[in-house]
Amino acid sequence: MALLEIKNLGITFGGLRAVDDFNVDIQKGQLYGLIGPNGAGKTTVFNMLTGVYKPTTGYFTLDGQNLAGRSPIEINRKGIARTFQNIRLFKDMSVIDNVKVGLNNSQNYSVIESIFRLPRYFKEEKLATERAMELLKVFDLDKESHYLSSNLPYGKQRKLEIARALATNPKLLLLDEPAAGMNPNETAELMKTIRFVRDKFDMTILLIEHDMKLVAGICEKVSVLNFGTDLAHGDTTTVLNDPKVITAYLGE
Amino acid sequence: MKKGMKFNVKSLITIVLTILLYAIIYIMIDNDLLSRHFKGLLVSVGVNIILAVSLNLTVGFLGNLTLGHAGFMSVGAYAGCLFTVKMNLPYFIEFPIALIIGGIVAAIFGVIIGVPALRLRGDYLAIVTLAFGEIIRSIFNNLSLIGGAGGLKNISKYTDFTWVYLMIIITILVIANLVKSRHGRAICSIRDNIIASESLGIDVVYHKLLAFVVAAFFAGVAGVLYGHYVGILKPTTFDFNKSIEILVIVVLGGMGSLRGSVISAIIITVLPEVLRSLSDYRMLIYSLVLIAMMLLNASPSFQNFKENVKSGIDAIKIKIAKLFGRSRSEEA
Amino acid sequence: MELIAQLINGLNLGSIYALIALGYTMVYGIAKMLNFAHGDVIMVGAYTLSVAVSTLYVPVYISIIISMAVCSLLGVLIETIAYKPLRQSSPLTVLITAIGVSYFLESLALLIFGSQQQQVHSVVTVKGFAIGSIEITGESIVTLGTTFIIMVLLTLFIKHTKTGKAMLAVSEDKGAAELMGISVNKTISITFAIGSALAAVAGVLFVSSYGFVGPYTGAMPGIKAFVAAVLGGIGSVPGAMLGGILLGIIESLSKAYISTQLSDAIVFGVLIVVLLVKPSGLLGRKVTDKV
Repeated sequence: MALLEIKNLGITFGGLRAVDDFNVDIQKGQLYGLIGPNGAGKTTVFNMLTGVYKPTTGYFTLDGQNLAGRSPIEINRKGIARTFQNIRLFKDMSVIDNVKVGLNNSQNYSVIESIFRLPRYFKEEKLATERAMELLKVFDLDKESHYLSSNLPYGKQRKLEIARALATNPKLLLLDEPAAGMNPNETAELMKTIRFVRDKFDMTILLIEHDMKLVAGICEKVSVLNFGTDLAHGDTTTVLNDPKVITAYLGE
Repeated sequence: MKKGMKFNVKSLITIVLTILLYAIIYIMIDNDLLSRHFKGLLVSVGVNIILAVSLNLTVGFLGNLTLGHAGFMSVGAYAGCLFTVKMNLPYFIEFPIALIIGGIVAAIFGVIIGVPALRLRGDYLAIVTLAFGEIIRSIFNNLSLIGGAGGLKNISKYTDFTWVYLMIIITILVIANLVKSRHGRAICSIRDNIIASESLGIDVVYHKLLAFVVAAFFAGVAGVLYGHYVGILKPTTFDFNKSIEILVIVVLGGMGSLRGSVISAIIITVLPEVLRSLSDYRMLIYSLVLIAMMLLNASPSFQNFKENVKSGIDAIKIKIAKLFGRSRSEEA
Repeated sequence: MELIAQLINGLNLGSIYALIALGYTMVYGIAKMLNFAHGDVIMVGAYTLSVAVSTLYVPVYISIIISMAVCSLLGVLIETIAYKPLRQSSPLTVLITAIGVSYFLESLALLIFGSQQQQVHSVVTVKGFAIGSIEITGESIVTLGTTFIIMVLLTLFIKHTKTGKAMLAVSEDKGAAELMGISVNKTISITFAIGSALAAVAGVLFVSSYGFVGPYTGAMPGIKAFVAAVLGGIGSVPGAMLGGILLGIIESLSKAYISTQLSDAIVFGVLIVVLLVKPSGLLGRKVTDKV
């Protein structure tokens, strides 16, 4: 059984069929790419997978469990985490606190224990700090742990967002255009980081990208979305050389 | 272990200073060194501090504007004062219970209003909480059970400086501890980016309600303190103007800054007394403060100014710490 | 028959709410903000009329025009000074500022005119009439008529004039409108101008129907008109009209058959019910946030 199975997924907004009959199987541990021209519906797919939108047709399962239409909170608890096209950090919080918010659901102490500073508060907070610093170290952000997150340079903000998503201990990580706004050096570094994340955390990663170098470099398989429908899917090299796909990107 | 020790020294100093401040003022009161006017002012300041710190939880930390804080103060005040008026227990049993009752009743109303209202967007939430405040005032004005428009009379004047000081400490401790915990982080994350917060599995509804209800609780406590100081409760005291006054305190002191709320509460409570001649212009000045603070916060030059002041203060702090022989690494 | 009289009261009140709600809904749809100070513009309009007619002895029709002009200017001024600089700020910031502006207008009026409510004579010269035992006042006729005419004119304006279409465009997509050469700033200013002028008319009609004005006269009707705008669907012009009339009728009937005190609670109860059941209102469209 694939980790993520998307069956016949579709959504209609008003009169517009934004995504139609989208199918894909993503195996555990895969690095899967979702590509396509702008406006093709890729982020809409992400939004359906994370509960922001409710699909009007079809469904998807994570480890066999149907999660279509559930709330973002539930879906994250079940094991899907994401980053956003426009970075959504908690601007007025520190770098480490951003990650700690991701750790919230793995902590258990109650409001009473916070207010009265009972032992469990100290124990769990210490653990959270350790775990957060571990994650930050992976992304080379540990030295900036007490910086205000909005003071980080763009590339590091992206990495922080990924670190934060990982803090929720997901089974599936969705990255929405992680290389957006990065120069070739930063992109190369990001490629290494994503591969590292997959290897170290045994993570399954689905990513949306426009940067073909990154897609070709790390994605094992891709699906191409065009006008909301699946244009092609399969091995990255094959798909990227498919004339249909090239036409879709470059136009007739 | 080093971190633990640092924690202890800093909080030890804070505790000592807190007790010292209390002792100084208490001695001054005891020896009749303070005018009656000033003594009354102490209570007003204290009540406003509690109101501002609690409102800051919803406005500053949760980032949601609520305009009915005076309504919660009113509900709590009536509940607590009714209790002491109707019961005839000794003071040291009655008063603490009244404070707790006032807080809990206000908190219950917080849940009743919060559950439907907190689902709403910011503008709508503000209007609904405003409406709540007005409706409470209107209902209480007509409820003969609690004295109606004439007010609830003959409330024993239990409130004194000690009680106020104690409640201030408790309020600040509770809210500060809440903010610096995973619940506080969750609450702030909702303010900063609610969509990201949800995507991380944060139960937004629960945390919004948590902030709202805790804030309401302390507003209620403040109300009980107020009622047992003035001796009489009139529904018209807890009106929209009061809610605005507290909002001004929070905004002026800095949304999300507990220290700022305390200082600002002192200033806003004391200033009208000092500037008696300007009392007619008080509302006007408040409104201008609100507008000016918002415009300043948005202007980049003011932000730069704030940054510079902050780094200046940090630099001074580091220098002072160095004087006390602390190593650089501990300062980080 | 009492019921019909109350319905007419409701229509009267509702028309005034509709006029005010139009201003709210237009500003909300185009500038995407809740202009908390809108209700107080009504008060300014009413006071301007009162001062012009009673103190300066300006003829009625000119006074009304002056009132509308003053409010229009005030609206544009408020937008330029207090709201425009905050276009990129969080909604919380804008809301606090709007409350500040509202409070400012009220305290200014308090300082200038004192807290006592002033009696104002109705400017309506149309005579009322009676059908059987039901009295229809001249004020009611003028209020209903004026509101109806304004609604028609506004709808035509939005559909058929360049400015009106620009307003519609900005409310749909600010960025796209700008790319098409529409001056967003100018459009927003015009929206505030029109909305405030309507508020002035509402103020004139209000004092004509109810005979008094005070510093806080605009506050409650303003908030209730907001409820009306939400009821009808915020951002929808026909929605504001429908919501206003409906709310006026609900309030009048509540006052007559339940209690004056509870009528306020009922009005706000309507708001809560709408927001919980159908947040987009009766005629509004559901808008999905872009993530």
